[in-house]
Amino acid sequence: MTNAIFTGLMLGGMYALIAMGLTLQYGVARIMNLSYGEFLVAASFASYWLFTGWALNPLLGLAIVVPIGFGVSMILYRVLLTPLVRRAPTRDALEVDSLLATFGMMFIVQGIMLTMFGGAYFSYSFLSIPVTVFGETLALNRLIAFGLAVLFGLALYLALTRTRFGTAIRAVAVDPSAARLVAIDVTSVSAFAFALGGGMVAAAGVLVSMFLTFSASSGVIFTMKALMVVVMGGVGNLLGCLVAGLALGLSESLVATFVDPGLTLAVNFALFLGVLLVKPAGLFGRAQR
Amino acid sequence: MSPTQIAALAAGGAGLVVLALLPFYADAYYLSLAISLLQFTVLATAWGLFSGPTRYVSLATTAFFGVGAYTVAVLGEVLAWPLVLLIATAIGALMAMIVGISTLRLSGLHFVIFTFGLAELVRQLVIWYEVNKTRVLGRYVFVDITQNDIYWQLLALAVAVFAIGWLIARSRLGFALRIIGEDETVAKHCGINVTLAKVTLFAISAVFITLVGAIMAPRWTYIEPSIAFNPTISFQVVIMALLGGAHRLWGPAVGAIPLTLLFEFLSARFPSTSTLIIGIVFLLIVYALPQGVTGLWERVSRRKSEPPVAPQVQT
Repeated sequence: MTNAIFTGLMLGGMYALIAMGLTLQYGVARIMNLSYGEFLVAASFASYWLFTGWALNPLLGLAIVVPIGFGVSMILYRVLLTPLVRRAPTRDALEVDSLLATFGMMFIVQGIMLTMFGGAYFSYSFLSIPVTVFGETLALNRLIAFGLAVLFGLALYLALTRTRFGTAIRAVAVDPSAARLVAIDVTSVSAFAFALGGGMVAAAGVLVSMFLTFSASSGVIFTMKALMVVVMGGVGNLLGCLVAGLALGLSESLVATFVDPGLTLAVNFALFLGVLLVKPAGLFGRAQR
Repeated sequence: MSPTQIAALAAGGAGLVVLALLPFYADAYYLSLAISLLQFTVLATAWGLFSGPTRYVSLATTAFFGVGAYTVAVLGEVLAWPLVLLIATAIGALMAMIVGISTLRLSGLHFVIFTFGLAELVRQLVIWYEVNKTRVLGRYVFVDITQNDIYWQLLALAVAVFAIGWLIARSRLGFALRIIGEDETVAKHCGINVTLAKVTLFAISAVFITLVGAIMAPRWTYIEPSIAFNPTISFQVVIMALLGGAHRLWGPAVGAIPLTLLFEFLSARFPSTSTLIIGIVFLLIVYALPQGVTGLWERVSRRKSEPPVAPQVQT
């Protein structure tokens, strides 16, 4: 029982970390990124490549992969997505357009990874040392990943709530047109938020690769979980992300332990729908207008 | 009916006869190509039936397709063929209604996310069921259906999907859906039961997709979850409908034909990089042809017929 709860909490922390980048991309930049999981897996592959090819510790690898994720996302937003933002007359239209564009992107990134690495599953062994916490045996790499996830989440939260720029980001998330009135450059803030989300997803990819097996085509499942967490928690809300992520992780590990590991996805969906039936805007979301 | 309509109807009827007789003069390669073309024409048109007027992007095509295929795999040898198709229809409609009622009441976003995961969810449930209850993963489909039968059934289905699409566009339901697509709040204020209209159309669209899956199943002879719930089908259908333009009934078909040929060519020539190339084609369509080929055609013909006095407002 305690083991199931521990596993669930760690899984949930991971989900929350994965979803944090998406909540920035979707909540602030209004880009519903369906290629999100592919970028996560790409970061995992980068970490794998650094670790096996260059014997670089994944934790140090973070310092390389995260800035690259940030930069790539920035370029992507500036080059590919800004034309869509300009073209879209309303927010809904942008949502549909960005959805389709990132859907195409998802297959491009997946195709690149398939040509580079093939369809096989990859994993590497890093710090898989058992440690005992509260009488339960856990793998050290999972614990470290969880700790770093908490750290990143906290840093992001503080940056968004305590700094001037973070406040500007939140203002754009609430109302882009009103943000313009108080002299916030909405386009560059959106680009920055999207890129920050890209950096977060790269971090998540590196951390996940330390203890999960991944393949070129496993991005979809990450995108799906991240989307579920974001919508369940309330779009653009970090605290919601955390709570929804933990709920998802806990329910998943409890069902896997006590019912059947084959039904985890079904439970995820049931939880997702259950929350949305009661609160359509998500746990911490405000109803729109 | 006006003379042009009669002429169009006659031409359509003659074309249909030519298509129906195709198995008698085409060899096996062209027959199988024709089957692929018809398959994607029906899938894309059925997709456009719902997603065109409402502008809700459904990414669940393969979920329904796979359910249809699996129904045949499970029941094909036990029951008579028409009965199997009937059951597939019922299952598809039921699934669409469950999904529709639980997500379409909320918003387009939730619908997209749910459909995005639906195929994966159904696949996991099927695997779970097969592993735990029947203890087989992968089934053989031995039914007495030839390639010709598949072709004719698909042709009949294509006729049906166009007929129903044409009827819907002329009915109160079609009118209601166009209003929903323009502005859902306005539609609600007009007294339209928005949820009912959306769920009904989603179910109709899903039934056609399920039936295509059921009809195509005998072609494989061996089915397992990863074949039946292949995510590229969802993707290909969306890109075809977009290329043609989903706001017109015949738009998706216009997109389905060239792209099916392209995909055949790509998978034969560049099997390893086809995913990449398809993704690039998709992006090109989204950026260069947001209204699809039919949208472009309408714009060009409008510009020709009207002298450019004022700039056209694109809706």
